[in-house]
Amino acid sequence: MEYNLRFRQYSERAILIEWPQKIDQKMLQNILFCKKSIEEHRNEVIVEVISSYNSLLIFYLSTIENVYDEVLVLKSLCSISFEPSDQKQRLWKIPVCYDPALAPDLLSFSEQKKLSIDDVIDLHTTPLYQVYFLGFLPGFFYLGGLDKKLCLPRKVTPSRNVKKGSVAIGGEQTGIYPKDSPGGWHVIGACPVDFFDVNKVESSKILPDDLIQFISISVLQYADMSANKVSPSFELKPTFL
Amino acid sequence: MKGYVTVLKPGLYTTIQDRGRFGFAKYGVPQSGAMDQFSFEFANLLLGNYKNDACIEWVIQPPTLQFNSDTRICLTGAEVDAFLNNQEVEMYQQITVSKNDILTLKSCRNNIYGYVGIRNGFLTEVVMESRSFYDSITSKQKLVKGDKLEYNSNINSVVSYAHLSAPKYGNSGSAIEVFKGPEFDQLSSREKDLLLKSRFTINGASNRMAIQFMESISNSLPQMLTSPVLPGTVQLTPSGKLIVLMRDCQTTGGYPRVLQLTEIAINTLAQTWINEQIQFQLVDF
Repeated sequence: MEYNLRFRQYSERAILIEWPQKIDQKMLQNILFCKKSIEEHRNEVIVEVISSYNSLLIFYLSTIENVYDEVLVLKSLCSISFEPSDQKQRLWKIPVCYDPALAPDLLSFSEQKKLSIDDVIDLHTTPLYQVYFLGFLPGFFYLGGLDKKLCLPRKVTPSRNVKKGSVAIGGEQTGIYPKDSPGGWHVIGACPVDFFDVNKVESSKILPDDLIQFISISVLQYADMSANKVSPSFELKPTFL
Repeated sequence: MKGYVTVLKPGLYTTIQDRGRFGFAKYGVPQSGAMDQFSFEFANLLLGNYKNDACIEWVIQPPTLQFNSDTRICLTGAEVDAFLNNQEVEMYQQITVSKNDILTLKSCRNNIYGYVGIRNGFLTEVVMESRSFYDSITSKQKLVKGDKLEYNSNINSVVSYAHLSAPKYGNSGSAIEVFKGPEFDQLSSREKDLLLKSRFTINGASNRMAIQFMESISNSLPQMLTSPVLPGTVQLTPSGKLIVLMRDCQTTGGYPRVLQLTEIAINTLAQTWINEQIQFQLVDF
């Protein structure tokens, strides 16, 4: 076992596995590898395995009768020597319009960070962000890789309504609001594309392990893409690295 | 044959609930489901329904409903004076309903969540394998006046006269059974003492997402990474407030998870009236 894992019962129906407290792409690979092997081997007794930066929560169909036996099974599944998958990582290029007309906090954000709007756009569109897991809101993905120059503590008073598609920064994190919601992050852009569809079996196109990159688009392009949402001529497709 | 219920008065926050939406936390989708699973189960049990058949859940202020064809229903959970047209009817047993009957409920204010079960369940839309209402997942978030809820009025089954006495929930000061949460051991012994020996008063800001308390305790825990949570997880915020996550809670959270309620405790806490007090009682798995 490469990492020092901690196993503990979480509820009558759940066991938690914890990795060290850090955000790390290599560790994510290990976590997702263990997740897959648990899903494959315990499929008959579990509802699902929920992942985050440094843990897996295994949620069972019913009360766990013998937790010692179950932990032993999980330990053996997590100790299978970890082979990084040879499957190629998916990269999603996500269009974002960085315009004060669509991004209510862009001006105040650039002022507070003492950066020009062009600098903000450059710094935000350069990295390949790692998708770690989904949570917070249906279809919201937690990303790693925000440039330190763009980190800014959340707003003291959260906004009552952040619009669906808002691209925002909070602390050391950046993300896209999948629906209208109250929120304390600084909105610096707007994304015209949906990634989440409750009527699809695979509801979210973007999943843990994927990479994303933001692509700056104009207000006109934004309007076009928003309008086309009804009959999608624009289909978000990944490239494989 | 399909019948439907018309919502004449919606009540305060009335929804359709089943056991919940399981297996979609990986997309960040909450479990949802009946706040008091115990009362919900009784409604289906007494009707001879499947365990997961959908019921109406109301909170504090019940709805008024009209049925357009024959069926059988059952009332469980929060205690009410119930009338079918103007005839008083009993909770916790099957009630035979005829075409155009109007069900009026008057809340007695001793519990919070009430359930109206119907033979074969309400047939609202299924999204991600569940009928439980949740904003942005189901098209409706709560019932409004004039809503029509479909049901199967084909009731050729045997009438059951089974009757149960309403289960008693704890009174003020009642013990809520909890397990240690993942971050419990990081608390100082003083904080552990406060957590397990204090009484906590339920705050009016509570809802289907979370139950909050008036009191706070000190919090010296370090910041942690956003991690998975479940209904029943007790979070300790930086200001020392305790938040008990309930059925509609998010799938992940960034506050220390100091306790985890037992499944029974989640139901009991859901039904504990605002301003009443509870005390956490630590149990082993």
